Amino acid sequence: MTETTLTHTGQLDRPKGWRGITADWSSDQRAFKNVSWGKAMMWIFLLSDTFIFGCFLLSYMTARMSTRVPWPNPSEVFALRIGGSEIPLILIAIMTFVLISSSGTMAMAVNFGYRRDRRKTAILMLLTAALGATFVGMQAFEWTKLITEGVRPWGNPWGAAQFGSCFFMITGFHGTHVTIGVIFLIIVARKVWRGDFDIGRPGFFTSRRGRYENVEIMGLYWHFVDLVWVFIFAFFYLW
Amino acid sequence: MVDVTPADAVPPAEVGEVELYHPHSWWTKYVFSQDAKVIAIQYSATATSIGLVALVLSWLMRLQLGFPGTFDFITPEAYYQFITVHGMIMVIYLLTALFLGGFGNYLIPLMVGARDMVFPYVNMLSYWIYLLAVLVLVSSFFAPGGPTGAGWTLYPPQAIMSGTPGGQDWGIILMLSSLILFIIGFTMGGLNYVVTVLQGRTRGMTLMRLPLTVWGIFTATVMALLAFPALFVACVMMLLDRMLGTSFFMPAIVEMGEQLQHNGGSPILFQHLFWFFGHPEVYIVALPAFGIVSDLISTHARKNIFGYRMMVWAIIAIGALSFVVWAHHMYVSGMNPYFGFFFATTTLIIAVPTAIKVYNWVLTLWRGDIHLTIPMLFALAFIVTFVNGGLTGLFLGNVVVDVPLSDTMFVVAHFHMVMGVAPILVIFGAIYHWYPKVTGRLLDETLGRFHFWVTFVGAYLIFFPMHYLGLMGVPRRYAELTDMTIMTESAHHLNSFISIMAFIVGFAQMVFLFNLIWSIRHGREAGGNPWRATTLEWQTPQTPPAHGNFGKELPIVYRWAYDYSVPGAKEDFIPQNVPGAFAPSREPA
Repeated sequence: MTETTLTHTGQLDRPKGWRGITADWSSDQRAFKNVSWGKAMMWIFLLSDTFIFGCFLLSYMTARMSTRVPWPNPSEVFALRIGGSEIPLILIAIMTFVLISSSGTMAMAVNFGYRRDRRKTAILMLLTAALGATFVGMQAFEWTKLITEGVRPWGNPWGAAQFGSCFFMITGFHGTHVTIGVIFLIIVARKVWRGDFDIGRPGFFTSRRGRYENVEIMGLYWHFVDLVWVFIFAFFYLW
Repeated sequence: MVDVTPADAVPPAEVGEVELYHPHSWWTKYVFSQDAKVIAIQYSATATSIGLVALVLSWLMRLQLGFPGTFDFITPEAYYQFITVHGMIMVIYLLTALFLGGFGNYLIPLMVGARDMVFPYVNMLSYWIYLLAVLVLVSSFFAPGGPTGAGWTLYPPQAIMSGTPGGQDWGIILMLSSLILFIIGFTMGGLNYVVTVLQGRTRGMTLMRLPLTVWGIFTATVMALLAFPALFVACVMMLLDRMLGTSFFMPAIVEMGEQLQHNGGSPILFQHLFWFFGHPEVYIVALPAFGIVSDLISTHARKNIFGYRMMVWAIIAIGALSFVVWAHHMYVSGMNPYFGFFFATTTLIIAVPTAIKVYNWVLTLWRGDIHLTIPMLFALAFIVTFVNGGLTGLFLGNVVVDVPLSDTMFVVAHFHMVMGVAPILVIFGAIYHWYPKVTGRLLDETLGRFHFWVTFVGAYLIFFPMHYLGLMGVPRRYAELTDMTIMTESAHHLNSFISIMAFIVGFAQMVFLFNLIWSIRHGREAGGNPWRATTLEWQTPQTPPAHGNFGKELPIVYRWAYDYSVPGAKEDFIPQNVPGAFAPSREPA
């Protein structure tokens, strides 16, 4: 993805603020002057993906607000018995902590990527992937626990059938995003480790040369997935 | 719009050259090609092929409606399947894919002066996933129970119940899977189109110098990227309802005296999700047509487009407004009346930017040097048809008028005129216009005129009487109308007449297909710029354009796309890449 060489952007003297935005948009070649193709594409994809998660969450809220049977209490359903007492939402709290931490390691990986520190970048990316995998693992544990307690997509022992439907659909869709993220983190980490971005080795499928910016683009996706989780956490577990 | 820039005002290139993938075998050149032009042809060929299936299905429906009881093999179940698959194919697999995947892929890189789409590999995947979606759709014809007969809107609960063809068989599952695949494939292509327009333009090509074709396709793609998610979610949820027994859309329901296990879902939720996609979809199909028709009119009337800046803003305004009108499809679904008021208002507001566009097309023609070429004929036919279809939209946009007209043939006539016939006329015009660039030869003129007149007049003879049938109260989606009291003798005759016209118009399309194939070898040599047009795709060193589009050097753009009949210029057109200070091309005072 070496489609861009932003050689002149530093020297282009553009007005600040809104006038600068207008100047950029009414100029030739590119509307966002400092944004490479890959990064622009990721941002627009994330915008589209936001609409998908938005529709999922809105549908869930519609179901929850229009149901005439009681909605199961999330603090009770998602409680774990630890040391003889029920601790509400403990697993979700840990999962959220793990995922937010992975955003931190990802941000560090981006930083070291731009410093051309191959070793630290790759290690931090793999650490991010490990935290992501931990998250998915804990989600699998949560699913298993609920399934053994009798929660199914079509019903559950405590109330509205849509509870299970929405839970499995939304967390499943988010978990798929995390899993895809983990896979791509490992792929990009391997490229960093091997030095692909230093020697400009062409991609296997795309035959484009990669750059350290790919780490940042990967990071955009990862932070997005984390951000979506915050909304799921707020609307599904805390409501 | 007076853009005549001296050469030194063009800033230096900020964007390096793209490393293109250079094919080294027949497979990578023509089959798994990463060249947007080849992908465009693949998209167009696939869309046309599946469109032929939709054409045959419409014939079968017209056989049943025009001559009820004559054809035993068209059972009511089969009729519903024909209606459903016809609608789905036409709206999504033909129109969306052809405008965005076909014309978008071919024209965007050429018109903005790019070597290719920004990510050709992803672009290639987009086509193959689209092909897979089409194959999954086709496979439903061979699955047990046949394709789904739920109507193209797939409304639950009936869509997944046993009374509907395909509801408890494979039909609905394959339909929903195919749509999900289509959306995934489209997203890959759509991201490419958007980023290419935003970030991949050549030197001197500002957003306000883009041909309106690119503006139309670009805005439609942005809308598609925001509207398809709603359909994606609706498809996933209905698939879960059908396969896992969840109740997102399924209320408590008794079927054949048996209580189904579903409980507490909301069918209206599906309608909201579907139409949040469905209404923008109308404009996803219409906006590329608006853009293309603007360019056709300007080129073939040898005049700059009237009010270019307003045309661009109208496209953007229509795109934005189309996201807040969706519930006008749901006036009879049972909504809060205040919602109806809100959505009727927004719906009628859309008439403003749309009217701006129509006026500007007419004013472009005003005192132009109109060449009645085949593309121009189709463009003129589009304006008339779009206005006609739009006027009936005023009826249907108002709640009180819509309620009695809802689910009658009037609605069928309306949307066929405005989003069926009108965009397809533009597609035809665009094919006659750009075919010489794709193949190097013109389509045959005589066959083309025959095709135009039969299609244009025939389409009116098909759909105008339907308005009348609708006002009489003839319902849509009924397989059998014979025993209804509202179906008078004359209404039956009218139905038979419509059917015969449908066969004739369908036949004219066979002539068109023959023309498409025949002219590849036998058409008249076109040269590089047969229409003497200004936009960059006509200025390529080779015709058809070679891999990489523009030879060694990318073109530099010095002017907008509409410098036709500039006073003082040698020719009556100045291509966008010609430098120099000519007299400013003002709109006539």
